[in-house]
Formats: sequence, C-alpha cells, structure tokens
Amino acid sequence: MADQQSAPHHPRDAVSEPALVRWLLILISAIFLALFLVVPLGTVVGRVVVAGWGSFVDTISESDTQSAIRLTLSVAALAVPFNLVFGIAAAWAIAKFEFKGKTFLTTLIDLPFSVSPVISGLVYVLLFGADTWLGPQLKAMGFPIIFAFPGIFLATVFVTFPFIARELIPLMQAQGTADEEAAISLGASGWQTFIRVTLPNIKWALLYGVLLCNARAMGEFGAVSVVSGHVRGKTETMPLHIEALYNDYSTDGAFAVASLLAALALVTLILRTLLEVKFGADVGNGRHK
Amino acid sequence: MSLGLALTMLTLIVLIPLAALALRAAALGPAGFYEVISDPRVFAALKVSFLTALAAAIANAIFGTLTAWVLVRYNFFGRRIFDALIDLPFAMPTAVAGIALVSVYSPKGLIGQWLAPLGIKIAYTPLGIIVALIAVGFPFVVRTVQPVLEEISRETEEISATLGANRFQTLFFVVLPPLIPAILTGFALALARGVGEYGSVIFIAGNLPFKSEIAPLLIVIKLEEFNYAGATAIAAIMLAVSFLMLFVINGIQSWSQKRFGHG
Amino acid sequence: MVLKSFQAGLLVFSLALAAGPIAPAFGGQEILNVSYDPTRELYKQYNALFAKHWKETGGNDIKINQSHGGSGKQARSVIDGLEADVVTLALEADIDAIAEKTKKIPADWKTLLPSNSAPYTSTIVFLVRKGNPKGIKDWNDLIKDDVQVITPNPKTSGGARWNFLAAWAWAKKTYGGDDAKVRDYITKLFQHVPVLDTGARGATQTFAERGLGDVLIAWENEAYLALDELGAGNFEIISPSISVKAEPPVALVKGNADAHGTTKVAQAYLEYLYSPEAQKLIAKNYYRPNDPSKADPADTARFAKIDLATIEDFGGWKKAQPEFFGDGGVFDQIYKPAK
Repeated sequence: MADQQSAPHHPRDAVSEPALVRWLLILISAIFLALFLVVPLGTVVGRVVVAGWGSFVDTISESDTQSAIRLTLSVAALAVPFNLVFGIAAAWAIAKFEFKGKTFLTTLIDLPFSVSPVISGLVYVLLFGADTWLGPQLKAMGFPIIFAFPGIFLATVFVTFPFIARELIPLMQAQGTADEEAAISLGASGWQTFIRVTLPNIKWALLYGVLLCNARAMGEFGAVSVVSGHVRGKTETMPLHIEALYNDYSTDGAFAVASLLAALALVTLILRTLLEVKFGADVGNGRHK
Repeated sequence: MSLGLALTMLTLIVLIPLAALALRAAALGPAGFYEVISDPRVFAALKVSFLTALAAAIANAIFGTLTAWVLVRYNFFGRRIFDALIDLPFAMPTAVAGIALVSVYSPKGLIGQWLAPLGIKIAYTPLGIIVALIAVGFPFVVRTVQPVLEEISRETEEISATLGANRFQTLFFVVLPPLIPAILTGFALALARGVGEYGSVIFIAGNLPFKSEIAPLLIVIKLEEFNYAGATAIAAIMLAVSFLMLFVINGIQSWSQKRFGHG
Repeated sequence: MVLKSFQAGLLVFSLALAAGPIAPAFGGQEILNVSYDPTRELYKQYNALFAKHWKETGGNDIKINQSHGGSGKQARSVIDGLEADVVTLALEADIDAIAEKTKKIPADWKTLLPSNSAPYTSTIVFLVRKGNPKGIKDWNDLIKDDVQVITPNPKTSGGARWNFLAAWAWAKKTYGGDDAKVRDYITKLFQHVPVLDTGARGATQTFAERGLGDVLIAWENEAYLALDELGAGNFEIISPSISVKAEPPVALVKGNADAHGTTKVAQAYLEYLYSPEAQKLIAKNYYRPNDPSKADPADTARFAKIDLATIEDFGGWKKAQPEFFGDGGVFDQIYKPAK
C-alpha cells in the first residue's frame, strides 16, 4: 500500500511504526486468525484434498447436491439484492438525516443479529404455520410459505438483513454530509447526488456489505433448518445438505460441499481482489489521497 | 423516501415476525412467564450464553481492530489471502464450523492434544463455547473497522507527529477515537450474534445443564416438548436483553460520533 | 411520499417472493416419507424396492421423497404443515403428538398396522473400543470410576430416551424396584457423561471420530452401522443383560395423503414394509425384523438374545414421556444442583 512505498526513505516514519512492532502486530493477528479460523477450516479442506478429486466430483455431481446448489444460489440471488436496497435506504436515512428515535431505529436494524437462528426460523412458523390464520390461506391459493422456497427466502433475508446497512452506517456517518451538501448547492438533484457523490464514496464498504451478506445468505443453517422441512432434492440448501451428508457418515462428501460453498460464497471477494489489482492502491484509500 | 422504504422493509421482515413471537410469549401470562424465567436452569443457561458471548466479543474487539489495522496499514506477503480468510466464518455453515472446531480442540484433536496434558480442556467446556463464538463473530469487528480505517486521512497523523506527539500518543489520541464507533458496532454485533448462536456451539459445548448448556439449546428443548410458549418466552427474554445492550451501545456510539465525528 | 415508498417496498417484497424457482415437476406420483435420523440407509434401499414392487403390481411410476432429522423435530415440522404422506419416526409419542394436534392421523393409528404399527424393532447396546479395555459387560460397569459414557441428550434425541429407559429397566430389576436406588444409579450414570450431543449420530461421531469416552450407548442398528462405516477393527458391540425393546412406529398421515390423492400408494408403502422382501432388507440393515423367519438367517444370527423390557413396563409412552423426559421430569431432576 501507499505508505509502504515511502518507507525506505524514512526508516522511522512519523506516521508508521518501527518494523519490529509492525511484524509483531502482523504475527499476533496471524496467530489469532490461525487458531480460530485457518486451522479448523484447514482440517475441512485438508480432508477434501486427501479424499481426492474423484470423490469431490462424485459428491458434487449427485443430483441431490446439484439441487441443493441451485436452491442456495437462487435464495442468495434474491436475498442479496433485497438487502442491498434496504441497506442503502436505511444507511442513507440514518447517516444523512437527523430525526428522533434514530438510535432506536439503528438498534432495530441490528436486532436480527441478536435473534438466535433457531428463533429466526421459528418466527415464520409462528406466522405461517399450519395452525395460523395466514398460512393455510396462502397454501390453499397454491402459495405455501414454510417448507417451501418462500420460507427459506424469508428466513435468509431475516438473518442477513442488517449486514449491508451495518457496513454502510459507520462509514457514511464518518464521511458526514459535506460532499452531498456541496453537490446539492451546485444544483444536483437528490438522485444525482446519490449516484455521483455518495455511491462512489461508499462503494468499497458497499462491496464488503454485499460480500458478507452473500456469504451469510449461502451459509445460513439454523434458521433455514427450521423452515425447510429437509426434503432431499427439494428444500435442502447446501448447508442442510452438508449436515445430511455428515449424518450419512459421508464426512468427505460433507466437507467437499462445505468447501464448494465457501468458494461460492467468496466469489464476490475474488471479484474485489481482481478490482484491487486493476485499480491498484486507489481502492484501499478511497477518496482521501 | 429512503426512510420510508427502509421502514417498510424493516416492518415486514423484522417487526411483524418479532411481534408474532412476542404475542406467542405473551400467551403465557405474567405468572407463566415468571415461572419460565425464574427456573434456575434457564437462568444458568442465559448466564452461560451472555458471559461467553461477552468474553468472545471482547477478544474480537481487541484482535479484530488489530487485524483491521494490520490489513489496512501494512503491506506484507500474503496480505490479500489473509484478508480473504476473514470472511470464512460467514461462508461456513455454522454446523461445519462447529465440527471443524471440535475436531481441532477436542482432547484428541490437532491442538487439543497439546493442551490436554497441561490440564487445559477446551472442547466440551464453556471455554469451547468462547472459542466457537470468537470464530463465528470475528469478521464483524474487522469488517466494520476496516472501511472506516481506510477512510481516515493520514494527514491528521502527520499533523499530530509534527506537533511533537510520539507514535503511541498519535495512535491512542488521534487514530483510535474516530475508530471507536466502528469498534463498538463490531463489538455489539459480535456480542449479539454470540448470544444467539446455536449451530456451531452445540458441537463443542458439551451441553451439560448448569455448566455448558446455552440458552438457544433450552429453546430447542422446549420446542421438542411442544412448549412453544415456553420457548418463545426464553427467546423474548434474550431478545429484550440483547436489544437493551445494543441500544446502549448504539447510544454510546452516536454520542461518540457527535463528539469525534467528522460531520 | 411515505405512502408511495411503502408501496415501493411492498412491490420489491412481493416480487422477491414471487420469483421463487419452481422445482422441475416429476411426471408420476410422489409421496413424502418424513423419518428420523438412523433410518437413512434403510429407506434409501426400501424406497427403491417399493418403487419396483409398485410398478410390477400395476402401479404407476412413484417417487418417494425423504426427509430425515431428529424425531421430535420432524414431528413438529409435520404439525406445522410439512406435507408428509407417511411418517416413520423413533417414538410413538411423536406420532401421537401429530395425531393429537393436527387430527391428520386417526387417534387409533397404532392398531391400523400389524405389531403396534412397528414393522421393525431394535434395542439398545453398548459400543466399546477394540479389546474392551475397560472391561465393560453390563450396565453396572458404566458407573465405574474411570469410565466415561457417551449418550445423546434425552431431551432432544429419541434414541437417547430409549437409552435412558434401558438403563432404568436394568436398575429397576437389579435393585428390586427400590426407586431411590434406581434414581441414584441413573444420577451416577449421567455424572459419567461428559457430553450430551443433541442427536444419536452426533453422539456416535463424538465417540468414534473424536475418540471421547469409553462406551457409547446406542441403537443396535446404529452400532452395527458404525462398525460398517467407521471400521469394524476399532470397536466392539457389547450386549447388556437387560435392555429395552424399541419400537419405531410408522403411520399414514391420512389428512395429507387424502389431499394429495396418494392414500392408496402411501398405505401400500407402509404395508409392504411387512412383506418378506422388506423384512429381509430390514434385517440386512441391522433392524430386528418383525418376522425373523423371512430374513436371511445370517442376518438374524447377529442379534444377541437380550432380556428386553418394553415400553408397556413403563406404563406406555403417554405416561413415560412426561414422567421421565417432560419439563421437570426425572431427567431434569438429575441435574438439579445439589443443595
């Protein structure tokens, strides 16, 4: 990154730390990451590698696995845009305007995080289950909610709801409204201001948000498990299928699907890395040069 | 416009379902509600859930901020891979994370086998719950701090140095304050997520009543007994406490934003 | 303005819902069997067997969809509206709950098929490590000082309830019905349990893959399957002197099947479980067949003669369920802090 390029000229740069401290900090966070993420997940990927390519292909090409992949991708493809619209709208409202009850609203947005996944699924059962008023009506109209696609979609939207908004709010608050005010005073409309001024300022945080939302939408297990009904080849998403394989004593198969899921969920990350390479250091430092 | 849209979606996705939950819990009546929450086992489980989540969130706030700093400010070999790995806990279904963690930290596991002779047991103890919650909540702090850190101008640091502050003073008094809202947000999110986490924890917790039984497991147990009201009562309590914690943290955050904010 | 954006929000919302992909339709008839965890292997094979039989006896193409999970959770899903045509669960109490809460299963379901609607039974045995290093022979060995016992949580696992009752049956006989001593034994037993997994498969994985504990209390079929899947050389099966006769029942969910127009095939699906072909398959999958004479003698020879208590000895599930596993029941009392 930019600061490192200047390092050779000023070995004891006033805006950086001594090399020893730098390496120590890198080491500490690397060890932390290794203990909690890399080693455990490494064992997962390690087993897939040991089991070999053939076993991986066998699992992936099974029809139940393919249907799980399709289901997970369709759910994420709908849930992410949905939350994108919400996230931008909510963050815009919270960061750029002053109104009463803002803290309350922010807290409400965070709420799905604090709801146990077991409960996030259950609330939809309470709303649309067989002994409710709404559920049987919708079902009679040929539009079942729970134990069908809409229920899985709703549960996924619920658990991923805060991701994008939460990513944008601190950033947009830190940026303040000066740029927008300048744009408005120069005669730009609200929409123009948003597209030309706000969006470029928040694009990286937005991308992070989408990435997280997408990853979580694909990986959600608890909530979806409650509303799915676990019918193989029909309402089983990838995480549920992983559990099913694991319970079939097919640990290799389960871990193969898990690795694939991680790869799929991180597609956006790969995109971001590609963009970073293309635009160089500009990406990391945003507008402040 | 944006506020209206946000409110509509919030109502549909969050408020209506949670109202259904509250309604179901209310069916218990005050006496029934009190009976559920005064059960020492429920209380013990809530304590386990909140304390382990708190410990994990504190660890994540410290190491997450450090990691964000390292990722934004330093250039080193493998930084991009490092960066990419952060999001893995989101992408991994929680059950897989649980299975992976227990295979590493059980007494016969990759890391557990070295700790066992030292008398340190991680899997099947509250310590195991903390480990799982750290893993699950780790990306929250990193990913909320990182974008803000990237936005912070280096100029203020230069000014601070020019004015004679040493590096530590600059970091502590100039760099850290504007990061506090983001760190708090990440902390709050990791905490909130940890309190409700189920999938990864049940594999590693041991699930012994009064010792390592978490509140979400009690909810599942109540559901197995077809006791929807009891289950929703515990859920409602967890929700209320989490809401309060988040509300306070968001309050601190908006206060600190007014104080240190750039607006 | 607010109203307008409210409409916009609704529009986005309903679009998102309506765009759900429809699974490719299957030409023939489909039925859904909602089952519990350890039956995966059995029903995978049985479904193929039945589909062939149905076609040969003049039926149309039939596709059987499977759903597996913890028995209680599966029952709850059916109650909440999962469209099961048949349920094949671990516990009578779970089917009773469906019958009671949805009325989709007649209350006398247990009498509608032979042998209490249980086409196969199983029992509870011990799985120990190779060579049985702790010398475990019977239930009293489980509370020896250095023995760790793995069993799932009776609150969340149907199999674990059978484990609990098997231990109780042994203690009751051993202590001549002295209730205090029986409770004392059960309390001690659970003090030797370091982990309560939520499901039977989870407990097996904890024992076999994590290497935790000296003995796993498990379904007989599950123990044999573990030998097959996880290496016969690593474990041994020990049959205790007394165990329990577990009867996992099956039932037609008439309300759903009638609505789907699948009653005939769903009923045939359950009845065919009692056929010689199916009984043979059942024994092959380590379940004790209803009619051993139809099974391969080599398969039935594996089943040790154990003195088996039945659920009737506990007064039936309607009594045993709340007494032992209900809120505040015997199992909860074990963990009351000693004060």
